[in-house]
Amino acid sequence: MTNPDRQQCAESSRRRCRRLRRRILEVSQKVEALHVAPAFSCLEIVDTTLNTAMDAPYGGSDSFILSKGHGAMALYVVLEEAGILDPEEVNNVSQSGSSIGGHPDRGVPGVVVASGSLGHGLPIALGIARGKRENGDHGRVYVVMSDGELMEGSVWEGLLLGPSLGISNVTIIIDHNGSISRGEIANVQPNLIPIAPKLAAFGWDVREVDGHDPAALAQVLESATQTAPLAIVARTVKGKGVSYMENQPIWAYRSPTPSEYQRALAELIDPEPHDA
Amino acid sequence: MRDAVARAITEAARGRSDVILVVADISPAAALKTFLDENPTRIVDVGVSEQAMIGMAAGLAITGLRPFCYTIAPFSLYRPLEQIRVDLAYQDLPVVVVGVGAGLSYSALGATHHTAEDVAIASAIPNMTVVAPCDPDETEAAMISSFQLSGPMYLRIGKSGEPTLTGDAREPFVLGRIRKIREGQGTAIIGYGPVLAMACTAAEESENGAAIYSAHTLKPLDLDRVDSILADYAHVVVLEEHVEQGGLGMQIRARAQLSKAATQITTFCLPDEFLHEYGSKDDLLQTVGITQDTLALAIRGV
Repeated sequence: MTNPDRQQCAESSRRRCRRLRRRILEVSQKVEALHVAPAFSCLEIVDTTLNTAMDAPYGGSDSFILSKGHGAMALYVVLEEAGILDPEEVNNVSQSGSSIGGHPDRGVPGVVVASGSLGHGLPIALGIARGKRENGDHGRVYVVMSDGELMEGSVWEGLLLGPSLGISNVTIIIDHNGSISRGEIANVQPNLIPIAPKLAAFGWDVREVDGHDPAALAQVLESATQTAPLAIVARTVKGKGVSYMENQPIWAYRSPTPSEYQRALAELIDPEPHDA
Repeated sequence: MRDAVARAITEAARGRSDVILVVADISPAAALKTFLDENPTRIVDVGVSEQAMIGMAAGLAITGLRPFCYTIAPFSLYRPLEQIRVDLAYQDLPVVVVGVGAGLSYSALGATHHTAEDVAIASAIPNMTVVAPCDPDETEAAMISSFQLSGPMYLRIGKSGEPTLTGDAREPFVLGRIRKIREGQGTAIIGYGPVLAMACTAAEESENGAAIYSAHTLKPLDLDRVDSILADYAHVVVLEEHVEQGGLGMQIRARAQLSKAATQITTFCLPDEFLHEYGSKDDLLQTVGITQDTLALAIRGV
């Protein structure tokens, strides 16, 4: 992709992500305790990966795993936007009678791997990547993980194993918002930070990027090599886009009240009147 | 039995192109030579990383391959249990998890290496098929039968040197069906796994003899056959190298109660405790009261 193309693409992605945030907030008015902030944290990552980095995102040879399953709303609205998920289903997420819930389930349109328990996505991705090689398929596997997920031992099994097995067709994108349920990673497991040198030491190509900048994300997503799997540490803000939600742990668990909803919408208005 | 796994994999891979082995530092190395010569890329050794073994197998299955995971039983099931539950069972993927050296096979290595609760644990997971063959022939048949399944299987096997018990059996191995492997009257012994060898010897040497049934498929359990065995014999002896809780004996007792069967039921199983004794497998079985003599007494109805 050339620079002007990338800029244009990024601008449309920024607009789309504002719209998708509004959509998530709209759903949050129908559903109690929607995981809004974790979805806002990884929205640009999910959107850019599916809509820019992947060859044919929905059914092509590349695969996508949302290993941080609690970011499900980000995936659902991107899939809805692409016409894969029915808007009615998204409206009723986690409600009685709905077929989509708080975490992505295999079998939901567009969902290849079920998630919800952390630390599962990377080993599965390595298996898919290895299987693609056996099948003569040149596709790549993209995995979106949370930084807190890196506390799971199975992640380190996978981090060690991928390069050891010579698997290079995997890209992990770590949504590095710095927080877990009960507080800051810097307080709970300070030795997890910095993340990047640890991944490099395990044999991964590592890039660091602003996880809310679609152009920068697109650029690093393109930078994979044939020699090592790619790990992207994407700096993000939990609750990004709504000032009162940003970095406030409570928004991992609750939906805004009607007045909070209006305040949030006001912050997510597009600069121009028309939408991309 | 581990060589039977290698034979089955070798044979299966000659007829189909989707077989792949995922091992965690342990494999039937010598017996696999032919398979690896013929399919050099069809093995992934993850080293000492059992969670990654199961996760990778799930990923391989998603791409259409038929993975067989293989390592020592406690580390193939207990260590990566959540991966088995979520990656394999919840997603209903066709992966066989082979647990080698189950039960008290690793008798001299201590309770970290014993697998006395695996049938209960694996059976409690939805979508899971649980199979425990009694000899190498049943192991091979179970491996081949796994291709019928669209979901995961836990295959609980012994180690090596197990005798063939089913060579003269008139009933074939059918996944999901209890199978009579020895004719006899009065008493029926029903069990699974290589410990059935002890039942065969006890029946052989007993004046009365006993019919022996291999309940190789623990889940789904062949309840129709359980009912007919309960109806046909005055005495049913259940033999398992597994704790009582969640084992075959408990299920057969529950079934008997449901069908109001008047059959006398005797169960032999492992105690609800970790063993701190060592020695041969027979030594340990003796300490828990499972011997040829105690089985022979049971056959005589004592």
